[in-house]
Amino acid sequence: MNLPDDLRYTREHEWARRKGALVVVGVTAFAQEQLGDVVYLELPDVGDVVKKGESFGVVESTKAVSELFAPISGKVVEVNDPLSDAPETVNDDPYEEGWMIAIEPSDPRELEALMDAKAYQAFVDEGEE
Amino acid sequence: MALRTPLYETHVKAGARLVEFAGWDLPVQYEGILAEHEAVRTRVGLFDVSHMGEVVFRGAGALEALSRLFTNDLTRIADGQAQYGCLCRDGGGIVDDVVVYRRGAEDLLVCVNAGNRRKDYEWLARRASGAVEVRDESDEWAQLALQGPLAAQLLQRLTNVNLSALRSYRFAQGEVAGARCLVARTGYTGEDGFELFCPPAEAPRLWAELMDAGQHEKLAPCGLGARDSLRLEMAYRLYGNDIDDETTPLEAGLGWVVKLDRDDFLGRDALVRQREQGIARKLVGFALTEPGIARHGYPVLQDGAKVGAVTSGTKSPSLGTSIGLAYLPPALAAEGSTFHVDIRGRPVAARAVKTPFYTRPR
Repeated sequence: MNLPDDLRYTREHEWARRKGALVVVGVTAFAQEQLGDVVYLELPDVGDVVKKGESFGVVESTKAVSELFAPISGKVVEVNDPLSDAPETVNDDPYEEGWMIAIEPSDPRELEALMDAKAYQAFVDEGEE
Repeated sequence: MALRTPLYETHVKAGARLVEFAGWDLPVQYEGILAEHEAVRTRVGLFDVSHMGEVVFRGAGALEALSRLFTNDLTRIADGQAQYGCLCRDGGGIVDDVVVYRRGAEDLLVCVNAGNRRKDYEWLARRASGAVEVRDESDEWAQLALQGPLAAQLLQRLTNVNLSALRSYRFAQGEVAGARCLVARTGYTGEDGFELFCPPAEAPRLWAELMDAGQHEKLAPCGLGARDSLRLEMAYRLYGNDIDDETTPLEAGLGWVVKLDRDDFLGRDALVRQREQGIARKLVGFALTEPGIARHGYPVLQDGAKVGAVTSGTKSPSLGTSIGLAYLPPALAAEGSTFHVDIRGRPVAARAVKTPFYTRPR
């Protein structure tokens, strides 16, 4: 697995990337691989407040419905709208074009508490065994 | 531990993703459900359907015995033909939906759903009467489904069966890549195609030979995910999802395989009564007219009240729209009726549409 090392990761397979004062959120390559073809996304609206560890949306693949969990708390300031017409972008480019929301964090320290690439890699490897 | 088909190793080696289905470890996908779906609609795909069960009726009274337990009319087909129909309970509930292959009046093979294999065998063996022997031969058969517009072209290079003479729902005994097979022009995808019944020991080699010869057609190995989206686009019912012991063929829109004018068969009286009194619910095809995907079990709402439930739903890979089947009051069954599907608390607009959802381009 090739994990970008500038990201932080959750046990629910979301990633979070600092972008200026914001934190951009998506799902990992491992997540999209497990999901299979993504065909539908339910994302929050700009202005919604999300809480760390709570559901902020839903991703549906041809096989299943899965919740998306917020890696940190804050206010949604951007939503990747093109995904609604091209949900497969989550499969094709999970770390860049497939980003889902940008959050204005209520506590920037929450980001640092998440797993780094090495810890997430170990977490995934453990689950595979 | 889940059961394994003779092709288990083949799937694992090829990197398929396996899931448990009806007690079997089977591939849910190879390359991806959408790609496999498209391969079957436009070229050809290969499925391992060895989990399907086979119950055989043999003896001088075989045709008569099976006819008494089957809703369709096996006297209307000739030897070498197959027929779809239901096994029903006394009250009309569906024990299983099956395809019967009439090898002769004294030799009929019933292809049953994997999850129902034991139930069906016991059901049939206990009730079959007269000069007949009923055997569960599920362990003696593997099944490969070769489906898609290029299936015949590909298969013809490997078999001595003259496929141009083999019409839909006909079958023949023959050889495929040297393996003795029952070659049937049947399937569960809505495309032209074949189901090959072969001895389990031959299955891995047969799979490999088909994959090899199929390079020319870009044959795609396929999993259960594509099997499900393909069948749902055709509105083919899936046992356990759309139909079960509690639903009748009339409610499920399978009246066309129930021949009530026939002599007695199990469930007939109840079904005659139901036809006279009218059904209280009907399986209806619908399309969502707002974004979302309906899934099994989601409530259907009319004016905010629950009036039914979704039994199958997906985003149709061929059409790009969200489609599904739901049991609804007959008043809502007419094409164009509108209602809502409750998707995790959000009412999403839906409309009853004609089925099959997908029709082959001509």
